[in-house]
Amino acid sequence: MPTYRPGPVSLLLAVLVALFLLMPLLAVIPVSLTPSRMLTMPTGELSLRHYRSLIEDPRWLESILLSIRIGVVSSALSTVLALTFSLGVWMFQPRFTAALVGFVLLPMVVPPVVSAVTLYFLLTSISGLTSFFGYDTWLGVAMAHSVMTVPFATVLILVSLSQLDRRIDLAARGLGASVWERATRVIMPNIKFGIVTAALLSFVLSWEEIGVTLFITSVNAITLPRLMWMGLRDNIDPAIAALSVILIVITVLVLAVRSVIAREKASP
Amino acid sequence: MRGTLSDRMGAALLMAPLLLFLVLAYAWPFLGVVKWSFTLPTPGLGQYHALLTDDLVQSVFIRTLRIAAIVTLVSVTAAYAITVVWVRGSPVQRVLAEFCILVPFWISVLTRAFGWVALLSNRGLINTWLQSIGFISEPLTLVRNEFGVIVGMSHFLIPFAVFPLASAMRSLDERVLLAARGLGSSRMRTFWTVFVPMTRSGIIGSAMITFVFSLGFFVTPAILGGGRSVMIAELIYLRIFQSPDWGLGAAISVVLVVFVGALMALLFRYVKPKQLV
Repeated sequence: MPTYRPGPVSLLLAVLVALFLLMPLLAVIPVSLTPSRMLTMPTGELSLRHYRSLIEDPRWLESILLSIRIGVVSSALSTVLALTFSLGVWMFQPRFTAALVGFVLLPMVVPPVVSAVTLYFLLTSISGLTSFFGYDTWLGVAMAHSVMTVPFATVLILVSLSQLDRRIDLAARGLGASVWERATRVIMPNIKFGIVTAALLSFVLSWEEIGVTLFITSVNAITLPRLMWMGLRDNIDPAIAALSVILIVITVLVLAVRSVIAREKASP
Repeated sequence: MRGTLSDRMGAALLMAPLLLFLVLAYAWPFLGVVKWSFTLPTPGLGQYHALLTDDLVQSVFIRTLRIAAIVTLVSVTAAYAITVVWVRGSPVQRVLAEFCILVPFWISVLTRAFGWVALLSNRGLINTWLQSIGFISEPLTLVRNEFGVIVGMSHFLIPFAVFPLASAMRSLDERVLLAARGLGSSRMRTFWTVFVPMTRSGIIGSAMITFVFSLGFFVTPAILGGGRSVMIAELIYLRIFQSPDWGLGAAISVVLVVFVGALMALLFRYVKPKQLV
Protein backbone atom coordinates (compact mmCIF):
# COMPACT_ATOMS: atom_id res chain seq x y z
CA MET A 1 0.00 0.00 0.00
CA PRO A 2 1.41 3.42 -0.87
CA THR A 3 1.91 5.83 2.01
CA TYR A 4 1.58 9.60 2.01
CA ARG A 5 4.94 11.07 3.04
CA PRO A 6 5.70 14.75 3.75
CA GLY A 7 7.17 16.60 0.78
CA PRO A 8 10.35 18.72 0.62
CA VAL A 9 8.68 21.93 1.85
CA SER A 10 7.30 20.12 4.95
CA LEU A 11 10.69 18.60 5.66
CA LEU A 12 12.47 21.93 5.37
CA LEU A 13 10.03 23.64 7.77
CA ALA A 14 10.30 20.74 10.23
CA VAL A 15 14.10 20.98 10.19
CA LEU A 16 13.87 24.70 11.00
CA VAL A 17 11.57 23.97 13.96
CA ALA A 18 13.86 21.16 15.13
CA LEU A 19 16.83 23.55 15.07
CA PHE A 20 14.83 26.11 17.05
CA LEU A 21 13.98 23.43 19.63
CA LEU A 22 17.55 22.19 20.05
CA MET A 23 19.41 25.52 19.79
CA PRO A 24 19.12 26.73 23.41
CA LEU A 25 20.08 23.27 24.69
CA LEU A 26 23.24 23.27 22.58
CA ALA A 27 24.06 26.89 23.45
CA VAL A 28 24.75 26.12 27.10
CA ILE A 29 27.66 23.79 26.21
CA PRO A 30 30.18 26.46 25.12
CA VAL A 31 29.07 28.80 27.93
CA SER A 32 29.74 26.09 30.53
CA LEU A 33 33.37 25.86 29.35
CA THR A 34 34.20 29.55 29.63
CA PRO A 35 37.17 30.38 31.88
CA SER A 36 35.54 33.69 32.83
CA ARG A 37 33.52 34.23 36.02
CA MET A 38 30.83 35.90 33.96
CA LEU A 39 28.41 34.52 31.42
CA THR A 40 30.43 34.85 28.19
CA MET A 41 31.50 32.83 25.21
CA PRO A 42 34.93 31.26 25.72
CA THR A 43 37.51 33.02 23.57
CA GLY A 44 40.34 30.62 22.90
CA GLU A 45 40.96 28.74 26.11
CA LEU A 46 38.46 26.39 27.74
CA SER A 47 38.07 25.57 31.40
CA LEU A 48 36.21 23.11 33.60
CA ARG A 49 36.22 25.42 36.63
CA HIS A 50 32.42 25.78 36.63
CA TYR A 51 31.99 22.01 36.75
CA ARG A 52 34.45 21.91 39.66
CA SER A 53 32.56 24.64 41.52
CA LEU A 54 29.42 22.47 41.40
CA ILE A 55 31.25 19.86 43.50
CA GLU A 56 33.26 22.22 45.66
CA ASP A 57 30.59 24.77 46.52
CA PRO A 58 28.56 23.18 49.35
CA ARG A 59 25.43 25.15 48.40
CA TRP A 60 24.94 23.13 45.19
CA LEU A 61 25.40 19.78 46.93
CA GLU A 62 23.07 20.75 49.79
CA SER A 63 20.29 21.82 47.46
CA ILE A 64 20.69 18.68 45.32
CA LEU A 65 20.31 16.50 48.43
CA LEU A 66 17.32 18.57 49.59
CA SER A 67 15.64 18.25 46.19
CA ILE A 68 16.15 14.48 46.24
CA ARG A 69 14.67 14.20 49.75
CA ILE A 70 11.65 16.35 48.84
CA GLY A 71 11.21 14.46 45.56
CA VAL A 72 11.23 11.04 47.24
CA VAL A 73 8.79 12.01 50.00
CA SER A 74 6.37 13.87 47.73
CA SER A 75 6.50 11.16 45.06
CA ALA A 76 5.75 8.45 47.67
CA LEU A 77 2.82 10.47 49.02
CA SER A 78 1.32 11.24 45.60
CA THR A 79 1.75 7.69 44.34
CA VAL A 80 0.05 6.14 47.39
CA LEU A 81 -2.83 8.65 47.29
CA ALA A 82 -3.25 8.30 43.52
CA LEU A 83 -3.13 4.50 43.71
CA THR A 84 -5.76 4.09 46.43
CA PHE A 85 -8.03 6.62 44.73
CA SER A 86 -7.70 4.95 41.33
CA LEU A 87 -8.31 1.49 42.81
CA GLY A 88 -11.50 2.82 44.37
CA VAL A 89 -12.63 4.24 41.03
CA TRP A 90 -11.81 1.08 39.08
CA MET A 91 -13.05 -1.57 41.53
CA PHE A 92 -16.29 0.06 42.63
CA GLN A 93 -17.16 2.46 39.78
CA PRO A 94 -19.02 4.73 42.20
CA ARG A 95 -21.50 7.37 41.11
CA PHE A 96 -20.10 10.88 40.46
CA THR A 97 -16.78 9.33 39.30
CA ALA A 98 -16.37 11.92 36.54
CA ALA A 99 -16.88 14.82 38.95
CA LEU A 100 -14.49 13.34 41.54
CA VAL A 101 -11.76 12.68 38.96
CA GLY A 102 -12.29 16.21 37.65
CA PHE A 103 -11.75 17.58 41.14
CA VAL A 104 -8.55 15.56 41.55
CA LEU A 105 -7.20 16.91 38.26
CA LEU A 106 -7.74 20.57 39.23
CA PRO A 107 -4.13 21.33 40.30
CA MET A 108 -3.05 20.24 36.80
CA VAL A 109 -5.48 22.56 35.04
CA VAL A 110 -5.54 25.66 37.24
CA PRO A 111 -2.78 28.13 36.25
CA PRO A 112 0.30 27.18 38.32
CA VAL A 113 0.64 30.70 39.70
CA VAL A 114 -2.83 30.46 41.26
CA SER A 115 -1.94 27.10 42.81
CA ALA A 116 1.21 28.78 44.10
CA VAL A 117 -0.76 31.56 45.82
CA THR A 118 -3.13 28.92 47.24
CA LEU A 119 -0.30 26.82 48.67
CA TYR A 120 1.38 29.98 49.99
CA PHE A 121 -1.85 30.74 51.86
CA LEU A 122 -1.99 27.17 53.21
CA LEU A 123 1.62 27.01 54.39
CA THR A 124 1.70 30.46 55.96
CA SER A 125 -1.50 29.52 57.83
CA ILE A 126 0.07 26.31 59.15
CA SER A 127 3.33 28.05 60.07
CA GLY A 128 1.66 29.57 63.09
CA LEU A 129 0.94 26.11 64.50
CA THR A 130 4.26 24.29 64.14
CA SER A 131 7.80 25.29 63.27
CA PHE A 132 8.85 22.25 61.24
CA PHE A 133 5.87 22.07 58.90
CA GLY A 134 4.78 25.15 57.03
CA TYR A 135 6.21 28.05 55.04
CA ASP A 136 9.87 27.58 54.06
CA THR A 137 10.21 24.05 55.52
CA TRP A 138 11.16 20.97 53.51
CA LEU A 139 8.07 19.04 54.66
CA GLY A 140 5.85 21.91 53.56
CA VAL A 141 7.51 21.94 50.13
CA ALA A 142 7.11 18.15 49.85
CA MET A 143 3.41 18.41 50.63
CA ALA A 144 2.90 21.27 48.17
CA HIS A 145 4.71 19.28 45.48
CA SER A 146 2.39 16.33 46.17
CA VAL A 147 -0.63 18.54 45.53
CA MET A 148 0.89 19.52 42.18
CA THR A 149 2.01 16.03 41.09
CA VAL A 150 -0.90 13.89 42.32
CA PRO A 151 -3.10 14.65 39.25
CA PHE A 152 -0.38 13.39 36.90
CA ALA A 153 0.13 10.22 38.99
CA THR A 154 -3.64 9.63 39.03
CA VAL A 155 -3.95 10.01 35.25
CA LEU A 156 -1.13 7.52 34.64
CA ILE A 157 -2.55 4.91 37.04
CA LEU A 158 -6.11 5.32 35.73
CA VAL A 159 -4.83 4.87 32.17
CA SER A 160 -3.02 1.65 33.02
CA LEU A 161 -6.09 0.38 34.92
CA SER A 162 -8.27 1.10 31.90
CA GLN A 163 -6.17 -1.35 29.88
CA LEU A 164 -6.64 -4.11 32.46
CA ASP A 165 -9.04 -6.98 31.71
CA ARG A 166 -11.90 -6.82 34.20
CA ARG A 167 -12.46 -10.56 33.97
CA ILE A 168 -9.34 -11.41 36.01
CA ASP A 169 -10.76 -9.34 38.87
CA LEU A 170 -14.18 -10.96 38.46
CA ALA A 171 -12.53 -14.39 38.60
CA ALA A 172 -10.66 -13.51 41.80
CA ARG A 173 -13.88 -12.16 43.27
CA GLY A 174 -15.82 -15.28 42.26
CA LEU A 175 -13.18 -17.43 43.92
CA GLY A 176 -13.76 -15.58 47.17
CA ALA A 177 -10.87 -13.07 47.28
CA SER A 178 -11.37 -10.14 49.64
CA VAL A 179 -11.10 -6.54 48.46
CA TRP A 180 -7.60 -6.35 49.93
CA GLU A 181 -6.49 -9.53 48.15
CA ARG A 182 -7.99 -8.42 44.85
CA ALA A 183 -6.20 -5.07 45.08
CA THR A 184 -2.78 -6.27 46.24
CA ARG A 185 -2.49 -9.69 44.60
CA VAL A 186 -4.51 -9.40 41.41
CA ILE A 187 -4.79 -5.78 40.28
CA MET A 188 -1.57 -4.16 41.50
CA PRO A 189 0.82 -6.77 40.04
CA ASN A 190 -0.83 -6.16 36.67
CA ILE A 191 -0.38 -2.39 36.73
CA LYS A 192 3.14 -2.43 38.23
CA PHE A 193 4.54 -0.58 35.22
CA GLY A 194 1.95 2.21 35.55
CA ILE A 195 2.61 2.59 39.28
CA VAL A 196 6.38 2.81 38.79
CA THR A 197 5.93 5.33 35.97
CA ALA A 198 3.62 7.43 38.17
CA ALA A 199 6.20 7.44 40.97
CA LEU A 200 9.01 8.38 38.59
CA LEU A 201 7.03 11.16 36.92
CA SER A 202 6.04 12.56 40.33
CA PHE A 203 9.69 12.57 41.36
CA VAL A 204 10.83 14.30 38.17
CA LEU A 205 8.05 16.93 38.40
CA SER A 206 8.99 17.65 42.02
CA TRP A 207 12.72 17.68 41.19
CA GLU A 208 12.26 20.46 38.64
CA GLU A 209 9.31 22.31 40.26
CA ILE A 210 9.97 26.05 40.50
CA GLY A 211 6.73 28.03 40.06
CA VAL A 212 5.18 26.93 43.35
CA THR A 213 8.50 26.52 45.19
CA LEU A 214 9.31 30.19 44.64
CA PHE A 215 6.18 31.20 46.56
CA ILE A 216 6.64 28.86 49.52
CA THR A 217 10.36 29.06 50.32
CA SER A 218 12.66 31.90 51.30
CA VAL A 219 15.97 31.06 52.99
CA ASN A 220 15.83 27.56 54.48
CA ALA A 221 14.31 25.18 51.95
CA ILE A 222 16.47 26.04 48.94
CA THR A 223 15.82 23.32 46.36
CA LEU A 224 18.03 22.95 43.30
CA PRO A 225 15.69 24.87 40.93
CA ARG A 226 15.33 27.57 43.58
CA LEU A 227 19.13 27.92 43.76
CA MET A 228 19.33 28.04 39.96
CA TRP A 229 16.65 30.73 39.95
CA MET A 230 18.63 32.83 42.41
CA GLY A 231 21.73 32.44 40.24
CA LEU A 232 19.78 33.40 37.13
CA ARG A 233 18.13 36.47 38.53
CA ASP A 234 20.93 38.17 40.43
CA ASN A 235 24.13 37.92 38.40
CA ILE A 236 24.28 35.03 36.04
CA ASP A 237 26.63 32.36 37.35
CA PRO A 238 28.15 30.11 34.63
CA ALA A 239 27.99 27.22 37.11
CA ILE A 240 24.31 27.08 36.03
CA ALA A 241 25.50 26.36 32.51
CA ALA A 242 27.61 23.45 33.78
CA LEU A 243 24.67 22.13 35.78
CA SER A 244 22.36 22.53 32.76
CA VAL A 245 24.73 20.53 30.56
CA ILE A 246 24.75 17.70 33.13
CA LEU A 247 20.93 17.72 33.39
CA ILE A 248 20.55 17.73 29.59
CA VAL A 249 22.97 14.80 29.21
CA ILE A 250 21.07 12.80 31.86
CA THR A 251 17.74 13.53 30.12
CA VAL A 252 19.06 12.45 26.72
CA LEU A 253 20.54 9.23 28.19
CA VAL A 254 17.31 8.33 30.02
CA LEU A 255 15.22 8.95 26.89
CA ALA A 256 17.63 6.87 24.79
CA VAL A 257 17.50 3.95 27.24
CA ARG A 258 13.71 4.22 27.38
CA SER A 259 13.35 4.11 23.60
CA VAL A 260 15.71 1.11 23.39
CA ILE A 261 13.63 -0.72 26.03
CA ALA A 262 10.41 0.21 24.20
CA ARG A 263 11.84 -1.11 20.93
CA GLU A 264 12.91 -4.40 22.51
CA LYS A 265 9.46 -4.81 24.02
CA ALA A 266 7.85 -4.16 20.63
CA SER A 267 9.98 -6.78 18.81
CA PRO A 268 10.41 -9.84 21.06
CA MET B 1 -23.50 -6.82 42.47
CA ARG B 2 -22.96 -3.08 42.27
CA GLY B 3 -23.98 -0.67 44.95
CA THR B 4 -24.10 -2.99 47.97
CA LEU B 5 -23.31 -1.44 51.31
CA SER B 6 -19.84 -3.03 51.60
CA ASP B 7 -19.01 -1.88 48.07
CA ARG B 8 -19.86 1.68 48.91
CA MET B 9 -17.77 1.42 52.07
CA GLY B 10 -14.82 0.05 50.11
CA ALA B 11 -15.00 2.78 47.51
CA ALA B 12 -15.27 5.45 50.16
CA LEU B 13 -12.32 4.09 52.13
CA LEU B 14 -10.08 3.90 49.07
CA MET B 15 -11.03 7.25 47.58
CA ALA B 16 -11.24 9.25 50.78
CA PRO B 17 -7.51 9.82 51.49
CA LEU B 18 -6.79 11.67 48.24
CA LEU B 19 -10.08 13.59 48.27
CA LEU B 20 -9.52 14.62 51.88
CA PHE B 21 -5.93 15.62 51.12
CA LEU B 22 -6.98 17.85 48.23
CA VAL B 23 -9.89 19.39 50.11
CA LEU B 24 -7.61 20.34 53.01
CA ALA B 25 -4.50 21.26 51.04
CA TYR B 26 -6.05 22.79 47.94
CA ALA B 27 -9.78 23.59 48.00
CA TRP B 28 -9.85 25.07 51.50
CA PRO B 29 -6.79 27.32 51.02
CA PHE B 30 -8.15 28.43 47.64
CA LEU B 31 -11.26 29.66 49.43
CA GLY B 32 -8.86 31.45 51.78
CA VAL B 33 -7.32 33.24 48.80
CA VAL B 34 -10.81 34.22 47.62
CA LYS B 35 -11.44 35.58 51.13
CA TRP B 36 -8.22 37.63 50.98
CA SER B 37 -9.41 39.22 47.74
CA PHE B 38 -12.53 40.51 49.50
CA THR B 39 -11.08 41.42 52.91
CA LEU B 40 -7.52 42.76 52.44
CA PRO B 41 -6.69 45.49 53.17
CA THR B 42 -10.32 46.50 53.89
CA PRO B 43 -13.48 44.42 53.44
CA GLY B 44 -15.40 45.02 50.25
CA LEU B 45 -15.00 44.96 46.50
CA GLY B 46 -12.17 47.51 46.57
CA GLN B 47 -9.59 45.18 45.00
CA TYR B 48 -11.87 44.26 42.10
CA HIS B 49 -12.63 47.93 41.56
CA ALA B 50 -8.87 48.58 41.51
CA LEU B 51 -8.44 45.86 38.87
CA LEU B 52 -10.79 47.73 36.58
CA THR B 53 -9.29 51.17 37.15
CA ASP B 54 -5.56 50.70 37.85
CA ASP B 55 -3.54 51.60 34.74
CA LEU B 56 -0.65 49.29 35.63
CA VAL B 57 -2.87 46.26 36.11
CA GLN B 58 -4.74 47.04 32.89
CA SER B 59 -1.56 47.34 30.86
CA VAL B 60 -0.25 44.04 32.30
CA PHE B 61 -3.52 42.29 31.38
CA ILE B 62 -3.40 43.64 27.84
CA ARG B 63 0.28 42.73 27.45
CA THR B 64 -0.44 39.20 28.73
CA LEU B 65 -3.28 38.71 26.24
CA ARG B 66 -1.14 40.06 23.40
CA ILE B 67 1.89 37.89 24.24
CA ALA B 68 -0.33 34.83 24.74
CA ALA B 69 -1.94 35.36 21.32
CA ILE B 70 1.40 35.76 19.51
CA VAL B 71 2.94 32.79 21.36
CA THR B 72 -0.09 30.65 20.46
CA LEU B 73 0.22 31.52 16.78
CA VAL B 74 3.97 30.84 16.71
CA SER B 75 3.79 27.62 18.76
CA VAL B 76 0.88 26.03 16.90
CA THR B 77 2.42 26.82 13.50
CA ALA B 78 5.83 25.48 14.48
CA ALA B 79 4.30 22.44 16.20
CA TYR B 80 2.25 21.72 13.08
CA ALA B 81 5.36 21.66 10.90
CA ILE B 82 7.25 19.21 13.10
CA THR B 83 4.20 17.04 13.89
CA VAL B 84 3.58 16.40 10.19
CA VAL B 85 7.02 14.76 10.01
CA TRP B 86 6.65 13.01 13.39
CA VAL B 87 3.37 11.37 12.30
CA ARG B 88 3.76 10.92 8.54
CA GLY B 89 7.54 10.85 7.96
CA SER B 90 9.73 7.87 7.13
CA PRO B 91 10.79 5.74 10.15
CA VAL B 92 14.13 7.57 10.49
CA GLN B 93 12.48 11.00 10.20
CA ARG B 94 9.99 9.97 12.87
CA VAL B 95 12.70 9.01 15.36
CA LEU B 96 14.56 12.27 14.76
CA ALA B 97 11.40 14.39 15.09
CA GLU B 98 10.41 12.54 18.27
CA PHE B 99 13.87 13.20 19.73
CA CYS B 100 13.60 16.94 18.96
CA ILE B 101 10.14 17.11 20.58
CA LEU B 102 10.71 14.96 23.67
CA VAL B 103 14.16 16.12 24.74
CA PRO B 104 13.12 19.75 25.27
CA PHE B 105 9.82 18.53 26.76
CA TRP B 106 11.62 16.68 29.56
CA ILE B 107 14.18 19.40 30.29
CA SER B 108 13.26 21.82 33.04
CA VAL B 109 11.83 25.23 32.25
CA LEU B 110 14.76 26.90 34.03
CA THR B 111 17.41 25.16 31.94
CA ARG B 112 15.56 26.07 28.77
CA ALA B 113 15.12 29.72 29.74
CA PHE B 114 18.80 29.80 30.67
CA GLY B 115 19.69 28.39 27.24
CA TRP B 116 17.93 31.35 25.64
CA VAL B 117 19.78 33.77 27.91
CA ALA B 118 23.04 32.17 26.76
CA LEU B 119 21.98 32.59 23.13
CA LEU B 120 20.35 36.01 23.17
CA SER B 121 22.07 38.12 25.81
CA ASN B 122 24.42 40.97 24.88
CA ARG B 123 27.47 38.76 25.22
CA GLY B 124 25.60 35.63 24.13
CA LEU B 125 26.21 33.34 21.19
CA ILE B 126 24.20 35.27 18.60
CA ASN B 127 25.55 38.73 19.39
CA THR B 128 29.14 37.44 19.67
CA TRP B 129 28.84 35.75 16.29
CA LEU B 130 27.18 38.69 14.53
CA GLN B 131 29.86 41.02 15.87
CA SER B 132 32.71 38.71 14.93
CA ILE B 133 31.59 38.61 11.29
CA GLY B 134 31.21 42.40 11.40
CA PHE B 135 27.49 42.38 10.70
CA ILE B 136 26.73 44.62 13.67
CA SER B 137 28.92 46.83 15.85
CA GLU B 138 26.68 47.20 18.90
CA PRO B 139 24.96 44.12 20.39
CA LEU B 140 21.26 43.75 19.55
CA THR B 141 18.83 43.78 22.47
CA LEU B 142 17.26 40.34 22.24
CA VAL B 143 16.38 39.62 25.87
CA ARG B 144 14.89 41.65 28.69
CA ASN B 145 12.12 42.62 26.30
CA GLU B 146 8.99 41.16 24.76
CA PHE B 147 10.92 39.49 21.95
CA GLY B 148 12.88 37.33 24.39
CA VAL B 149 9.70 36.43 26.28
CA ILE B 150 7.90 35.36 23.10
CA VAL B 151 10.85 33.27 21.89
CA GLY B 152 11.31 31.53 25.26
CA MET B 153 7.62 30.85 25.81
CA SER B 154 7.10 29.50 22.29
CA HIS B 155 10.06 27.20 22.81
CA PHE B 156 8.54 25.92 26.04
CA LEU B 157 5.05 25.43 24.59
CA ILE B 158 5.78 23.82 21.20
CA PRO B 159 5.99 20.25 22.63
CA PHE B 160 2.65 20.76 24.42
CA ALA B 161 1.10 22.03 21.19
CA VAL B 162 2.37 18.92 19.37
CA PHE B 163 0.32 16.30 21.24
CA PRO B 164 -3.25 17.32 20.23
CA LEU B 165 -2.06 17.86 16.65
CA ALA B 166 -0.40 14.44 16.57
CA SER B 167 -3.56 12.79 17.82
CA ALA B 168 -5.63 14.50 15.09
CA MET B 169 -3.13 13.62 12.35
CA ARG B 170 -2.91 9.98 13.46
CA SER B 171 -6.66 9.46 13.27
CA LEU B 172 -6.81 10.89 9.75
CA ASP B 173 -7.52 8.43 6.94
CA GLU B 174 -4.49 8.46 4.65
CA ARG B 175 -6.51 7.18 1.67
CA VAL B 176 -8.26 10.57 1.44
CA LEU B 177 -4.89 12.25 0.85
CA LEU B 178 -3.89 9.66 -1.75
CA ALA B 179 -7.25 10.09 -3.45
CA ALA B 180 -6.80 13.88 -3.64
CA ARG B 181 -3.34 13.44 -5.17
CA GLY B 182 -4.64 10.76 -7.53
CA LEU B 183 -7.32 13.15 -8.77
CA GLY B 184 -4.63 15.62 -9.75
CA SER B 185 -4.44 17.96 -6.78
CA SER B 186 -0.97 19.39 -6.12
CA ARG B 187 0.86 18.71 -2.83
CA MET B 188 0.21 22.28 -1.67
CA ARG B 189 -3.45 22.17 -2.55
CA THR B 190 -3.92 18.77 -0.91
CA PHE B 191 -2.31 20.15 2.22
CA TRP B 192 -4.42 23.30 2.46
CA THR B 193 -7.77 21.98 1.27
CA VAL B 194 -7.73 18.40 2.62
CA PHE B 195 -5.09 17.88 5.30
CA VAL B 196 -5.46 21.09 7.33
CA PRO B 197 -9.30 21.09 7.48
CA MET B 198 -9.27 17.45 8.57
CA THR B 199 -7.00 18.24 11.54
CA ARG B 200 -9.15 21.16 12.71
CA SER B 201 -10.01 19.65 16.09
CA GLY B 202 -6.29 19.19 16.76
CA ILE B 203 -5.56 22.80 15.84
CA ILE B 204 -8.31 24.10 18.14
CA GLY B 205 -7.15 21.90 21.03
CA SER B 206 -3.53 22.79 20.52
CA ALA B 207 -4.26 26.54 20.34
CA MET B 208 -6.42 26.43 23.47
CA ILE B 209 -3.82 24.55 25.51
CA THR B 210 -1.07 26.93 24.40
CA PHE B 211 -3.16 30.02 25.08
CA VAL B 212 -4.31 28.86 28.52
CA PHE B 213 -0.76 27.89 29.52
CA SER B 214 0.60 31.24 28.31
CA LEU B 215 -1.83 33.21 30.46
CA GLY B 216 -0.46 31.86 33.74
CA PHE B 217 3.19 31.65 32.73
CA PHE B 218 5.67 32.77 35.33
CA VAL B 219 9.25 31.53 35.06
CA THR B 220 10.10 32.23 31.42
CA PRO B 221 8.73 35.80 31.30
CA ALA B 222 10.38 36.60 34.62
CA ILE B 223 13.81 35.48 33.38
CA LEU B 224 13.68 36.56 29.74
CA GLY B 225 11.60 39.67 30.34
CA GLY B 226 14.04 40.91 32.97
CA GLY B 227 11.33 42.78 34.89
CA ARG B 228 10.50 44.91 31.86
CA SER B 229 7.67 43.02 30.26
CA VAL B 230 5.77 41.83 33.30
CA MET B 231 2.92 39.37 32.72
CA ILE B 232 -0.04 38.55 35.01
CA ALA B 233 1.71 35.76 36.92
CA GLU B 234 4.75 37.89 37.70
CA LEU B 235 2.46 40.75 38.74
CA ILE B 236 0.80 38.41 41.27
CA TYR B 237 4.25 37.45 42.59
CA LEU B 238 5.31 41.10 42.89
CA ARG B 239 2.07 42.08 44.65
CA ILE B 240 2.52 39.34 47.23
CA PHE B 241 6.26 39.55 47.88
CA GLN B 242 7.52 42.99 46.92
CA SER B 243 4.78 45.50 47.63
CA PRO B 244 2.83 43.39 50.08
CA ASP B 245 -0.64 43.87 48.69
CA TRP B 246 -2.06 40.40 49.22
CA GLY B 247 -5.61 41.51 48.48
CA LEU B 248 -4.77 42.67 44.96
CA GLY B 249 -2.59 39.60 44.29
CA ALA B 250 -5.46 37.38 45.44
CA ALA B 251 -8.03 39.29 43.34
CA ILE B 252 -5.89 38.93 40.19
CA SER B 253 -5.56 35.18 40.93
CA VAL B 254 -9.33 34.80 41.24
CA VAL B 255 -9.93 36.67 37.96
CA LEU B 256 -7.31 34.51 36.22
CA VAL B 257 -8.95 31.29 37.42
CA VAL B 258 -12.39 32.43 36.32
CA PHE B 259 -11.08 33.48 32.91
CA VAL B 260 -9.20 30.19 32.36
CA GLY B 261 -12.25 28.22 33.56
CA ALA B 262 -14.44 29.98 31.01
CA LEU B 263 -11.92 29.27 28.24
CA MET B 264 -11.77 25.58 29.21
CA ALA B 265 -15.57 25.34 29.19
CA LEU B 266 -15.53 26.84 25.71
CA LEU B 267 -12.81 24.39 24.64
CA PHE B 268 -14.75 21.33 25.76
CA ARG B 269 -17.77 22.43 23.76
CA TYR B 270 -15.71 21.87 20.61
CA VAL B 271 -13.19 19.18 21.52
CA LYS B 272 -13.51 16.00 23.58
CA PRO B 273 -10.86 15.65 26.30
CA LYS B 274 -9.69 12.38 24.68
CA GLN B 275 -8.65 14.22 21.51
CA LEU B 276 -6.11 16.28 23.42
CA VAL B 277 -3.64 13.51 24.25
